[in-house]
Amino acid sequence: MARITSGVACSHVPALGVASDQGLTNDDYYGPIFKGFEYSRDWIAKEKPDVIFLVYNDHCTAFDARVIPTFALGCAAEYTPADEGWGPRPVPVVKGHQALSAHIAQSLILDSFDLTIINEMEVDHGLTVPLTMMFDRPDEWPCPVVPLAVNVVQYPAPLGSRCYALGKSIRKAIESFPEDLKVCVFGTGGMSHQLQHERAGLINAKWDEEFMNLLVNDPETGSQKEHIEYLREAGSEGIELVMWYVMRGALNENVEEMHRFYHVPASNTAVGHLILENR
Amino acid sequence: MPKSKIYDDIPGTIVFDSDKAASGYFLNQFCISLRLQENRDAYTADREAYIDKFPMSPEQREAALNQEWNRLLELGGNIYYTSKLGAYHGINFQELAGLMTNMGSTAYRAMMVAGGRGIEGNRYKSEWQDKD
Repeated sequence: MARITSGVACSHVPALGVASDQGLTNDDYYGPIFKGFEYSRDWIAKEKPDVIFLVYNDHCTAFDARVIPTFALGCAAEYTPADEGWGPRPVPVVKGHQALSAHIAQSLILDSFDLTIINEMEVDHGLTVPLTMMFDRPDEWPCPVVPLAVNVVQYPAPLGSRCYALGKSIRKAIESFPEDLKVCVFGTGGMSHQLQHERAGLINAKWDEEFMNLLVNDPETGSQKEHIEYLREAGSEGIELVMWYVMRGALNENVEEMHRFYHVPASNTAVGHLILENR
Repeated sequence: MPKSKIYDDIPGTIVFDSDKAASGYFLNQFCISLRLQENRDAYTADREAYIDKFPMSPEQREAALNQEWNRLLELGGNIYYTSKLGAYHGINFQELAGLMTNMGSTAYRAMMVAGGRGIEGNRYKSEWQDKD
């Protein structure tokens, strides 16, 4: 049977993709960030997941204002990196795992999560930057990806508690898939940041630290945080962090924190990163 | 819909909710159309003719043509959409933030390198009342 062994939390700042694509990963500005992922690249090379279940948000690329699904599961054979206005990122096409996607879609809906099924979708930096941070610049991504897109652009994003419950349902779905697969779940986005209006540039490092502590050690409590707290304390775009709770819900109650990295800034944003293993 | 929303009381912040999304729909669809080169070329060829394909309000149209970044958000624009208009004009996210905060790029970048804008004094509108 398939099983989930680990989780990764990772910011998806587009500037990090640009830095990787343009070979700026050793400069004074980006160097310290990429250094913070050296452990992670070694770790994932040893962990060798067969599939990554990747929770991310689309930035009006695959879904513009016409259609805004709260939870959308990718069920395609592959996902092409999108042109976000500067040409597509020069990264490999993301291969899907159709059989696992189809199984998860069915299992989630029968478990009362009425999600949207996406059979054709381009993917933006929200999905490709975390892959870059974990795998650097391979000719092909080392394993297939099942993407779950979460609306965090138009208020309200799904509640943290709902994301956490969805994670638990995803776990049930994966664990009932008959093939012997090792699955790593990524929760992406965050940390504190605000990109817009006069409060742009907000960073709340203390809040970010407490968020990670609760996520790791007391997710039941942490997942109850209300949207207004994310918006006020972590910035209007910090609400992306609810996606980390999908990842956390898919893991055991007890996890071991293998790695934590936090850095300010990348462009407008605090970068946060965790690696958790089931215990 | 309630008249006042709990998230209205955050200074310097426009929460892009369903009301904003409804009023900003054509503005945002105009902005996102600039993600594609052929549309950028069409906008360059004749800005007014291109923008008039999107039935937005005269205020939104003017703010878009004049690159009034905060005004665009106040009129229903969302930053992920308006940033595509920014990109069209060669302005990246960080430069856009420098403009929206009225700090300018150099001072804004320096603030971020120094750890960003702190949370103290930036939670409630009342805390900004004495701000010039």
